[in-house]
Amino acid sequence: MRADEHAAPLSRREFIAVSMTAAGGLMLSLSPAWPAGRARGLCAESGAAEAGQLGAFVRIEPDGRIVLGARGCEIGQGVRTSLPMLIAEELDVPWSSVSVEQLPYGLVASREPPGFKSLYGAQGAGGSTNIPDAWSELRQAGARARWLLIHAAAHSWREPAERLSTHEARVLHPDGRTLSYAQLANRAAGLTPPASDVPLKDRSARHIIGQPTRVADAREIVTGKALFGLDGSIPGALTALIARSPYFDGSVADFDDRRARRVPGVRGVFRIPGPRAGAPIERNLAAGVAVVADDFWSAHRGREALRITWKRGPGAVDSSAALEERALAALARTGTLAREDGDFAAARAGAARVIEAVYTEPLLAHATMEPPHALLQLSDKRALLIASLQSPGGASRMISDMTGIARADIEIRLPRAGGGFGRRLQNDFVAEAVLVAQQARAPVKVVWTREDDLQNDFYRPFGVHQLTATLDARGRVTGWAHRVAATARKYRAAGMEDEPDWVGCVDRDGFPAGCVANYHAEFLPVDLNLARGWWRAPLPTFVAFPVEVFLDEVAHAAAQDPLALRLALLGEPRELNYRDHGGPKFHTGRLAQVLRRAAREIGYGRALPPHHGIGLAGHFTHGGYAAHAIEVAVSERGELSVVRCVCAADVGEIVNPLGLEAQFMGGTIDGLSTALNLQITVKEGRIEQSNFPDYPLLRMANAPDVEVHLIDSQFAPSGAGEMGIPSVAPALFNAIFAATHRRLRRLPLGDQLGHTAA
Amino acid sequence: MAIELTLNLRTVRFTGDPAMPLLWYLRDHARLTGTKFGCGIGYCGACTVHVDGVAIRACVTPMASVAGRVVTTIEGLAREGSLHPVQQAWIEADVAQCGYCQAGQIMAAVDLLRRQPQPSDADIATLTNLCRCGTYPRIRRAIHRAAELLGGKHT
Repeated sequence: MRADEHAAPLSRREFIAVSMTAAGGLMLSLSPAWPAGRARGLCAESGAAEAGQLGAFVRIEPDGRIVLGARGCEIGQGVRTSLPMLIAEELDVPWSSVSVEQLPYGLVASREPPGFKSLYGAQGAGGSTNIPDAWSELRQAGARARWLLIHAAAHSWREPAERLSTHEARVLHPDGRTLSYAQLANRAAGLTPPASDVPLKDRSARHIIGQPTRVADAREIVTGKALFGLDGSIPGALTALIARSPYFDGSVADFDDRRARRVPGVRGVFRIPGPRAGAPIERNLAAGVAVVADDFWSAHRGREALRITWKRGPGAVDSSAALEERALAALARTGTLAREDGDFAAARAGAARVIEAVYTEPLLAHATMEPPHALLQLSDKRALLIASLQSPGGASRMISDMTGIARADIEIRLPRAGGGFGRRLQNDFVAEAVLVAQQARAPVKVVWTREDDLQNDFYRPFGVHQLTATLDARGRVTGWAHRVAATARKYRAAGMEDEPDWVGCVDRDGFPAGCVANYHAEFLPVDLNLARGWWRAPLPTFVAFPVEVFLDEVAHAAAQDPLALRLALLGEPRELNYRDHGGPKFHTGRLAQVLRRAAREIGYGRALPPHHGIGLAGHFTHGGYAAHAIEVAVSERGELSVVRCVCAADVGEIVNPLGLEAQFMGGTIDGLSTALNLQITVKEGRIEQSNFPDYPLLRMANAPDVEVHLIDSQFAPSGAGEMGIPSVAPALFNAIFAATHRRLRRLPLGDQLGHTAA
Repeated sequence: MAIELTLNLRTVRFTGDPAMPLLWYLRDHARLTGTKFGCGIGYCGACTVHVDGVAIRACVTPMASVAGRVVTTIEGLAREGSLHPVQQAWIEADVAQCGYCQAGQIMAAVDLLRRQPQPSDADIATLTNLCRCGTYPRIRRAIHRAAELLGGKHT
């Protein structure tokens, strides 16, 4: 039964809706009014000019306050600060006069097909694309608003616009007169904007881009006033917890909800269908039973009181041990070729020396500090979603597909998100909110607990990497093969059906591809009945560990210095083709530069105390370059301590150095945390981990300081949210080798040194 | 039976389930959403608040146990519009990334500085609050800065 067959259209007044629950019970729910109007976006809904509104992102208040719209999903990468900085720079206003306002998802109705259009451009968060997407676009938005203000002053003074300039939110006349932006704003708002792009400032004239700038809403964060998705409220909204099948593709055989319904505050219990076994996962991840209640605690108690008999899915006997055996067995087969340069087999046949090693990487969960959730209000015509998201476009499509509501009538607010790391690129939790809200006939907030989160994720693929290098008699690398036996990323991923099976697991154009004459990259799919997802710097993190540790192994086998070998392979600074995300080019000189810089800063090559070692690694990630140099000490009992941790990065022109330092510091700690102790394992078809004690993120006691060095780069900026992680694990393991002469090839480190990694 | 407590200087009454964790009373009933849900088992510290001035994990603290006691949340830390020195230091050190765990981190830091006005890095390392974004180095800086602002004395 669909909600819209019976529900009266929601009005702005509250009304009582009486409806039958799916289980046949009578449910009395208070369906509240829509919250008054749309969240105040910066763009007038009607398209008519609003007072002081200069384009989609700039509003100037009569008191001189400059209000700038932040369009992105803030997940901790700093876009609520960095994107408005781009606008403010070209608008030519002091940053201290700026107030940042979060924009909602900006889809509005349009007469042209497909019936809607975007007001603000790209708003998602994934692949570190916010800054590169905005670099021209948002600087233009600021420059065009400035153009309007200058032309408004030109009209007032009857002076050619070319003779006017701006400084600190004022337009200057050559004779010394000035008009403030606040005085000009209304007149400027009535002018026709320029038809084409306007010139941007010279780099030397900038006063905001490149300056250390603190988080725009820091005061709200430290006073507890900042709203995150889970803090969203809609009057009358109920809270839902879902008991999900502990077996992927499992289903509810039978359930008894009599005790659950007697829990005070419980309003309804509903069955939730899951994905079809074997079919793409287009909506929610798991079948289950939802308990809807007045508040979290009642829903939680209700869920605890459910008795459910699960029908196990097809993966119910699987285990991590069996998975690893399958992966190792797969290496004996022939897989899909992702790249072949020259003739690796011939290079191998003619080699003076062949080096080979196998590396193992675990499944990983995202474990955002703020668990998944979605607050949704539905009528037959409209929807309002408040949630922490990375893909509001995907959420909008999901709701529209499931309800028939037109895209332009789905309002999506974008509160702060308590972390993303790729988890929220999926909108399965939004689908759950639709399924529950349709049955509950009330606005519903679906809340996940930590256990729900760790056990129902789109996991980072598991993989075994076999690397082979061939050397000639002089120790030069003549061939390189990288064979990956992994759980394919595209497995049941909606929208990836037409992609090759190696996508997300093989970095066909990654270093040293293009730097070795005979190069071979191959993929061997391994079965596993679990959903897969993108996990912060997905492919770079997956491939950097085996490649960068193997480079060290090759260097040692050939009696070369690991840094010197990397620099020799990178060769002359030049651009190579890179066809995957972060391309189209990879610059060998930029990777060499960050490696040299990290090495110099840590004092690579200096004499070290006994049991100390320094390891290096670098990686090209989503258009940016980063390298780590890590010094460790390993006691004779196997206790590891990170003595120093240096990161060098080239992410192009620097927008916010303070924000960049935070991203690389945080990325480095995330990398350490993951390399030391994090893995998801399967036993009898179920995820073994359930909460932070068995998925132990790094704590303060083991978090080193991170020395971040940013290259003063002339290249156009990449993003920065993901570049700080991939080179951490290999640098750490290379350092452990340097300290102990023990070559470890399995993530996480765990107790491989004979002592549990802290 | 009603439970009465002092919440951010106001007296409040609660008549629901005495087993309800303080966290969910704060978030769902008192509408103070600054205190966050992270694990539900008292492990991650996102829900850290003060009871009688001492940091506790609200997600495992039943309402019955706070009857008659003084609860301070992140919303009650700044008094009369002026930030607590720890909050001030947090802004100066630009600690927050996603920001979700920071309320709990700040409440834990205030408690540490009460016990140890000039904390060493080793003292700071006793804090067990989790941060998934990895802001620990800046948290350390902020706590040292807060100790300076407090002048070695806790206010």
